[in-house]
Amino acid sequence: MSTPLATTRPTRISLAVRDSSTMLRRNLLHVRRYPSMTLNLLLTPVILLLLFVYIFGGVMSAGIGGGADRSEYLAYLVPGILMLTIGGTTIGSAVSVAMDMTEGIIARFRTLAIHRQSVLIGHVVGSVLQCVMSVVLVGAVAVAIGFRATDATALEWIAAAGLLALISLALTWIAVGMGLSSPNAEAASNNALPLMILPFLSSAFVPVDAMPRWFQPIAEYQPFTPAIETLRGLLLGTEIGHNGWLAAAWCLALAALGYVWSKSLFNRDPK
Amino acid sequence: MASSVMPTPRRMAAGDSGSAAISVVGLRKSYGDKTVLDGIDLRIPAGSVFALLGPNGAGKTTAVKILSTLITADGGQAQVAGRDLSADPQAVRAAIGVTGQFSAVDGLITGEENMLLMADLHHLPKREGRRVTAELLERFDLTEAAKKPASTYSGGMKRRLDIAMTLVGDPRIIFLDEPTTGLDPRSRHNMWQIIRELVSDGVTVFLTTQYLEEADELADRIAVLNDGKIAAEGTAEELKRLIPGGHVRLRFSDPATYENAATALRETQRDDEALILQVPSDGSQRELRSLLDWLDATGIEADELTVHTPDLDDVFFALTGGAGVPHQTKEDVR
Repeated sequence: MSTPLATTRPTRISLAVRDSSTMLRRNLLHVRRYPSMTLNLLLTPVILLLLFVYIFGGVMSAGIGGGADRSEYLAYLVPGILMLTIGGTTIGSAVSVAMDMTEGIIARFRTLAIHRQSVLIGHVVGSVLQCVMSVVLVGAVAVAIGFRATDATALEWIAAAGLLALISLALTWIAVGMGLSSPNAEAASNNALPLMILPFLSSAFVPVDAMPRWFQPIAEYQPFTPAIETLRGLLLGTEIGHNGWLAAAWCLALAALGYVWSKSLFNRDPK
Repeated sequence: MASSVMPTPRRMAAGDSGSAAISVVGLRKSYGDKTVLDGIDLRIPAGSVFALLGPNGAGKTTAVKILSTLITADGGQAQVAGRDLSADPQAVRAAIGVTGQFSAVDGLITGEENMLLMADLHHLPKREGRRVTAELLERFDLTEAAKKPASTYSGGMKRRLDIAMTLVGDPRIIFLDEPTTGLDPRSRHNMWQIIRELVSDGVTVFLTTQYLEEADELADRIAVLNDGKIAAEGTAEELKRLIPGGHVRLRFSDPATYENAATALRETQRDDEALILQVPSDGSQRELRSLLDWLDATGIEADELTVHTPDLDDVFFALTGGAGVPHQTKEDVR
């Protein structure tokens, strides 16, 4: 009893890890049983990729000063599409959290002697894994239609993967908060829409310089633009500059904000 | 009461609070302007079945939610399994099992997966978890449906799975919030049997119900909750004694006659749909004769007249409807 910290600390952490991985297994089971939602969310980025490359590709390619064969615009577009994939996947997370919170089993979890946040952590880890999987699948489509990042070193690949994972984590925590604050699945899907809209207002499709002057600050000072510029730099060797730090700072700040927000929402008395 | 004769205060303390599974003093909860629980006191001995009885909206579910750590009270003190509810909710959680009013099963996964999930959350070793799962599925007659998604289960099956999940951690105190609401008669009797088996294992059961029959059938002690207050508490017998007599039931077939009788007899319980009036009466010859004389004198003719000795229904209506019966406090019962 005299050294409670020394004895309770490790068990608290191992309890958190154990319960969170149990919750993660539950969420993965849901995804495996009902894959249609995950697949639906994948459809949007793939369609946008094909649309912008094959339908608008000629104009877009000329717009960024590329050649007529669209390959340069494809290279420009892919990092943004990957970010948009993550944004779309996290909307799914917001919806599934909101749906889950209406289930009676959440009340049961609250009356168990388990790590309280494990329900949320299970959702977050599950969602990050889903993001990674989605990015790999959409990336594979991009490669199939001619995207190449052969100049990138192994270290740059690792950094790119890390950045994508970090962005997934940050957006997922925000999405979980959005899901918790929504009364039902429909509301969650509406509330989480900015996660999908923001990439359109970033440098994902066209360079910020090419946008109207009044709009440029909006595109510049939001999380997606530095993240996309950093990813471009890592994969294609374009100038990263201060975007790397900006992206990392955005991610950490959003993850921390989302975590604190979600935790306080979840700790409120349920209705 | 015995404290003055007890030689050692320690034994007194052990005898008084040591055997209480749940003790509550002055529990309060309100949502905005609406007071849901207005200072309730409860003391539930370990190993007993306690029924909290009340009409819809009386605050039963709120009481269960507070005592099972789901929501926090605004005031009052509560100890569950010897642990303070507000100071150490996690220790309370380790001792309790809860089956809420609305099915607390994960509909997207199978019954067996639900059970294994609970085993994992109770940190049972893998083999132990599988053993407990198989055992409980068998006990609750769910083995056949074990591999089907829980969302495909019938109401009774869901409720059984719900209770089976509650039992995974071998809780010493079980909360059942309206365990038979919405079940067909057969499932209800199954559920009663399940609850009786729980008690024979030495578990304390705190159940809420709006069915008097159910409380009478299962509970050692019953508290009637009305408007956020405990209107009466005691055994079924003690509660029945609260009502001095039974009632005379007058059934009519003609609505006009029914209306006349209803306005003439003031202290009655009306059932406008069935055209039935209940007149409080102790069932004695004298009271019955005076009622009959009075009916003759006013020219009211009932189609059927039956005399009822008191049952919990009378207690319930008297306490929650307030029809001519003085409000009893639990001191009168004890």
